[in-house]
Amino acid sequence: MAVHQLLVGTSKGLVVYELTDRQVTAVQVFFTGIPVSMIFVDERNGTWWVSLAHRHWGEKLHYSTDQGKTWEVADIPSYRGYEYRPGKPASLRKIWVMQQGGTDRLNELWVGTEPGGLFYSDDYGKSFRLNEALWNHPSRLDDQQWFGTGKDYPFIHSIQVDPRDSNHIYIGISSAGVFETTDGGHHWIPRNRGLIAAYLPNETTDVGHDPHHLLLCRQQPDVLWQQNHCGIFKSIDGAQSWINVSGQSGWPVYGFALAIDDSDPNRAWVVPAESDLSRIPAGLSLQVAYTRDGGTTWHSVSQGLPERHCFDLVLRQALERKNNLIAFGTNNGNLYCSFDDGGDWITLSNNLSPVFVLACSKKA
Amino acid sequence: MPRVKFTSALKRFFPNLTETTVPSGNIGEVLQKLESDYPGILHYLVDDAGVLRKHVNIFIRGELIKDRQELSDRVSEQDEIMIMQALSGG
Repeated sequence: MAVHQLLVGTSKGLVVYELTDRQVTAVQVFFTGIPVSMIFVDERNGTWWVSLAHRHWGEKLHYSTDQGKTWEVADIPSYRGYEYRPGKPASLRKIWVMQQGGTDRLNELWVGTEPGGLFYSDDYGKSFRLNEALWNHPSRLDDQQWFGTGKDYPFIHSIQVDPRDSNHIYIGISSAGVFETTDGGHHWIPRNRGLIAAYLPNETTDVGHDPHHLLLCRQQPDVLWQQNHCGIFKSIDGAQSWINVSGQSGWPVYGFALAIDDSDPNRAWVVPAESDLSRIPAGLSLQVAYTRDGGTTWHSVSQGLPERHCFDLVLRQALERKNNLIAFGTNNGNLYCSFDDGGDWITLSNNLSPVFVLACSKKA
Repeated sequence: MPRVKFTSALKRFFPNLTETTVPSGNIGEVLQKLESDYPGILHYLVDDAGVLRKHVNIFIRGELIKDRQELSDRVSEQDEIMIMQALSGG
């Protein structure tokens, strides 16, 4: 009997659903009333990491090694001593993403933050230090290359480590684009060829792109996907170049969330939204778009989702697919899941607060 | 000695937090003293650049402190310091 744990980070706490044989068998709530801005489940050891974005007290980082029975507090990454611009001290605005290092480096963690710093830990979160090679990249100091989109500052929201080589890492930055390192973070190279930045005078700029979410196919790591501000893009050459695979009919194009198949590089799911100005579902109908041919064709897999008068938006980290479970939460507090890749959706809740992030965990 | 009072909202994270006295000095020194008594509280009040958080207010004798950056406002023997959360919605 399959038992899934679905961790849901909302604006008012962490909600953990236990799903057994397609039924909700338990629900737990942690950090009630506090915004949960990041969840990371370390597949190497099962640790749950959670970032809390207190409205008054700032970002806090917590972790649990026993699936929520007890929680510990970790030191947050600190910008102390670093400047965002000359004369302007940097400070942590938000922890956006955490990622494990390779399975050959069990104590390695990476953390992506706003205002654009990437942090690294080699002692499993006892301490973090800023990756200076990226922080000092010449493009970061150029307001036309690194800039906030929807936020005041740029932020790193995606970190993908090549399972073949722990020194080989891709990150996604809104806005700057995709950067790659092949030497464990000592050098970073922009990898944005083929992307479009329709909001800039030079839409094929090297840096200044807005990848909303970036994923790497774990079984074929030269294949990467991104839901970008300007469409859906795929790379089959390790991000050396990107191909626009947005729907040719104009659907899907815009959106935030993205899920892919870890074994089949041709399968992907997105939740389309209508333009960056309105950010509502197309036709006010909540739909999931699915491709099984690498983005050549897309079709809707939306049975069970609301078809009318729907204003739900799915944020970049609020769609997750793992172990035959695919789930997403919306900014209106609705939560859906499917056990057949979107063939049929089950409503888990219509009563959460805005959902920021989802993660799946195996029950211990 | 100056007395420090806290918003009750902080008791969720520091259950043993109570009204306390601290040596005279500036607000930065007061916060360092509180950190030694209640480890971790400093980062609830200031960010990693050492600046008072946007939604935290500190009052001396009922007046908001002037220097949120360097925390240089002085406190004297008879002063009462209040550490409060700002009103913010959501």
